[in-house]
Amino acid sequence: MAECGASGSGSSGDSLDKSITLPPDEIFRNLENAKRFAIDIGGSLTKLAYYSTVQHKVAKVRSFDHSGKDTERDHEPPYEISVQEEITARLHFIKFENTYIEACLDFIKDHLVNTETKVIQATGGGAYKFKDLIEEKLRLNPWCSGWHFLFRNIPHEAFVYQKDSDPEFRFQTNHPHIFPYLLVNIGSGVSIVKVETEDRFEWVGGSSIGGGTFWGLGALLTKTKKFDELLHLASRGQHSNVDMLVRDVYGGAHQTLGLSGNLIASSFGKSATADQEFSKEDMAKSLLHMISNDIGQLACLHARLHSLDRVYFGGFFIRGHPVTMRTITYSINFFSKGEVQALFLRHEGYLGAIGAFLKGAEQDNPNQYSWGENYAGSSGLMSTSPELGPAQRARSGTFDLLEMDRLERPLVNLPLLLDPPSYVPDTVDLTDDALARKYWLTCFEEALDGVVKRAVASQPDSVDAAERAEKFRQKYWNKLQTLRQQPFAYGTLTVRSLLDTREHCLNEFNFPDPYSKVKQRENGVALRCFPGVVRSLDTLGWEERQLALVKGLLAGNVFDWGAKAVSEPWLVDSYSEWLQRLKGPPHKCALIFADNSGIDIILGVFPFVRELLLRGTEVILACNSGPALNDVTHGESLIVAERIAGMDPVVHSALREERLLLVQTGSSSPCLDLSRLDKGLAALVRERGADLVVIEGMGRAVHTNYHAALCCESLKLAVIKNAWLAERLGGRLFSVIFKYEVPAE
Amino acid sequence: EPLRRRASSASVPAVGASVEGARRDRLGSYSGPTSVSRQRVESLRKKRPLFPWFGLDIGGTLVKLVYFEPKDITAEEEEEEVESLKSIRKYLTSNVAYGSTGIRDVHLELKDLTLCGRKGNLHFIRFPTHDMPAFIQMGRDKNFSSLHTVFCATGGGAYKFEQDFLTIGDLQLCKLDELDCLIKGILYIDSVGFNGRSQCYYFENPADSEKCQKLPFDLKNPYPLLLVNIGSGVSILAVYSKDNYKRVTGTSLGGGTFFGLCCLLTGCTTFEEALEMASRGDSTKVDKLVRDIYGGDYERFGLPGWAVASSFGNMMSKEKREAVSKEDLARATLITITNNIGSIARMCALNENINQVVFVGNFLRINTIAMRLLAYALDYWSKGQLKALFSEHEGYFGAVGALLELLKIP
Repeated sequence: MAECGASGSGSSGDSLDKSITLPPDEIFRNLENAKRFAIDIGGSLTKLAYYSTVQHKVAKVRSFDHSGKDTERDHEPPYEISVQEEITARLHFIKFENTYIEACLDFIKDHLVNTETKVIQATGGGAYKFKDLIEEKLRLNPWCSGWHFLFRNIPHEAFVYQKDSDPEFRFQTNHPHIFPYLLVNIGSGVSIVKVETEDRFEWVGGSSIGGGTFWGLGALLTKTKKFDELLHLASRGQHSNVDMLVRDVYGGAHQTLGLSGNLIASSFGKSATADQEFSKEDMAKSLLHMISNDIGQLACLHARLHSLDRVYFGGFFIRGHPVTMRTITYSINFFSKGEVQALFLRHEGYLGAIGAFLKGAEQDNPNQYSWGENYAGSSGLMSTSPELGPAQRARSGTFDLLEMDRLERPLVNLPLLLDPPSYVPDTVDLTDDALARKYWLTCFEEALDGVVKRAVASQPDSVDAAERAEKFRQKYWNKLQTLRQQPFAYGTLTVRSLLDTREHCLNEFNFPDPYSKVKQRENGVALRCFPGVVRSLDTLGWEERQLALVKGLLAGNVFDWGAKAVSEPWLVDSYSEWLQRLKGPPHKCALIFADNSGIDIILGVFPFVRELLLRGTEVILACNSGPALNDVTHGESLIVAERIAGMDPVVHSALREERLLLVQTGSSSPCLDLSRLDKGLAALVRERGADLVVIEGMGRAVHTNYHAALCCESLKLAVIKNAWLAERLGGRLFSVIFKYEVPAE
Repeated sequence: EPLRRRASSASVPAVGASVEGARRDRLGSYSGPTSVSRQRVESLRKKRPLFPWFGLDIGGTLVKLVYFEPKDITAEEEEEEVESLKSIRKYLTSNVAYGSTGIRDVHLELKDLTLCGRKGNLHFIRFPTHDMPAFIQMGRDKNFSSLHTVFCATGGGAYKFEQDFLTIGDLQLCKLDELDCLIKGILYIDSVGFNGRSQCYYFENPADSEKCQKLPFDLKNPYPLLLVNIGSGVSILAVYSKDNYKRVTGTSLGGGTFFGLCCLLTGCTTFEEALEMASRGDSTKVDKLVRDIYGGDYERFGLPGWAVASSFGNMMSKEKREAVSKEDLARATLITITNNIGSIARMCALNENINQVVFVGNFLRINTIAMRLLAYALDYWSKGQLKALFSEHEGYFGAVGALLELLKIP
């Protein structure tokens, strides 16, 4: 029986407003299937975590059961597609103001009443003392485990904050070498923790001057009761009216002495007088500076003592408030002279809830899996700065959602990355590049009609396809508008994240594979052409054939856009080096990341694979685990390979002898993140000693990985199918990228 | 006239107060004034500046003035002594309060001191920085400029008020680096002792009001030393030798913060009043302690139950805000600022690998609560590795250093 142990109100003491109407079905999604609950009622925010399952449609491909080869006819598709229901696990995290707590709990209780399996873990609530106990005592462990969970699964979790620069948020790429670092949790007091590994951390110090000091002292000085209001006051104040600055002590001479006159010599130094009134705003600002500077200074002293150069901040004092992130960052820069970096987390407010939840959900082994942020269901990082887009935040500012999908397979780094910590998949950071950002956002907006049409067309038998497609349009359009305003909302904005967001939104409205029929048809056509293509290739001389194979790879890559010819000369051309290399000994094993279905995989990639096999090179062919655009999926590649094997003895024996291996990438993105690849793929790459990586297509070789450095030879091939991008790279539409790279000795 | 102008050409210190880690150069010298009188000839022969001998330290809140009163004045000398000089001497030595805010700390007076071959007493006087204009006006009224003396001054105010000294008082300041003066002053005062007693002291059993004892400390091995000067703000210096020191860091949470916050929270008007209130208050009503959260010690972190978990943390609650007294708030402010200074000082001592820490500055004046807390906190959190030391003339070292510069005493 569901037990709801949540009670205890925020210390603000406000009466609960039950009159507020919620759209709870939009907030508490998938509640019917919720399996496990954790609730954390804080001073002003309630955090809710639950583990649920989502049922959604997936497109599966399956070979026809042919009784004999002669049954194959020209009009017949090469395989059948079936749409199946699949159940996957999803984590929901919701953060909302305590004002809504009663309405929300009622809603939750109503929806849980019929189930017997659910457990509500009340990590908040109860007596005041108990709440504090939870807040302070249990915070460290969950905080660390919550942080490492997010860190492992959300690539752009941590960021540095730079006020007055564009972008204000600069995200860090997560890598496994972050240890050791300092963690500073600013709750009512301050805890300073040295983290050496995921499970080894040590409390090294603390300070009593923290968020509670800001709140408590602030309430006394300004008669303002709420923490957020105090911050708001502070953001409007002038601390120089209250603080004694260096220029107040030195007069104008600070300049000749090389001192900064604006440095604070004595916090509240000017308030030591009976005959002057000070404004609430000014006092709040002075208090904020005093506390932030003090914490920054202590953090720097501890960082120095332990020789650490990164400090991650969290706790309710930070909680995404630009004003506190700014003062803390300033303080760290000042006291460390720029040697220590202050970092913040996108989902800081969830860490305690996630940690507590993970602990409770141990039997589901959440840490055994890889998880991915669902861009469709998550509300993203909102700037809580009051002057930023208030209209936009009507509800999103009140209810903040994070959804994470459990991925089928654990994801790891490609072992062939030259330097995993410095690997950045994306070629252009759109958060950074305003011009490119505008272009691509517009580009995706303009393409939206086409995507909607394609989605509807892919499900001719569905009665509600048009309605769902319209919902998809609205959702994705809203995401694009959010990103125009706050490009940092989901981490670094890239073409990849825009594409992935679109895929997530399509899935959300049950359009799992809008291209499945197109792919089916094109695969059928290409398969019929395969024997002829191979025959004609075999008639060519060796050198001619190598060029034809490369052109085939490039052509297949462009056919989906209906291009007839590529642009000459090639924009990036290291073909002669590649040809030279082919005259040498064969590679041991090639890892190939395939792009499109149809001509690309069948007439481009497979003949190339066949040539490698004939040279004595083993081949690992990696395709997406799930559908994205018209990219070939692992499932499709298996059928295609089987069909080709039926026509071609080289491929046939290679498959049988496991010299040709078909694996999945673990991804469902049109782009490629080499730091999040299927664990099995990584193991195979290691086992077979892959010494050549081939990446083809715009999404995988240009939007991502164009600058990726590998520790073995690599080929990056693509045709630039976008005029704007071609121009930016200094070429024309349909320019060819042929990038053969050999790592430096 | 041209001579006096020349007399004041001491160079501006090369390095500013908050430039950290810089090693200091010795100050350039200045040339003394000349006169026809015998005393002046004598002074010149002995390379001694003319009377009066002052050292001035103009801080953010307080001005500290040390005055050397010669007691070996011969009848002849007295006869020749100009009226204004005599008047200054009489005024300063016959009063213990000047105007409504100036105070001579009689108990600190150093007797029978020999400075540059002259015997006399050293007087310690303080007044608020906001009365600086009145002080300058007094200098003008008493015709200071006719004495052709040199005013050695340190502290930020030496810069801030330089122009006023010149235009209103017709006096040119010799500006001196405050950290140089501070260190010079401390070392000198420690060397002369305190009228036969020790200058430096420490607390034994600081947490136990019954057993707590203030005991003399012999600073015979002063180096390395962490020097924490708590004025309006705080400066922390690591001193390796007389001429080798660096500013490690500083914090804006200092005496000015304690007094400023107390004024806002309690409506008090003087530092003495703030301390008096604090002495009667109970900070545990205001602060959230470790035991308030954990019910006792928090062993996992090695945190004792009495430690403050969140300063002013109880004030997040409306009920508790209504239940505290002004005295409690004053006490909590004092404890918060003092603990924080102790904590920063301890971290600096660890980083610099120094184990004796001398706390000075006027925040500690008549502030036994803060001194005992610093002594206890340093000892407790360092597990006995760090020793907190204090000095009788807590706030006057900068002014003494300025006087020493005037006398060119190394």
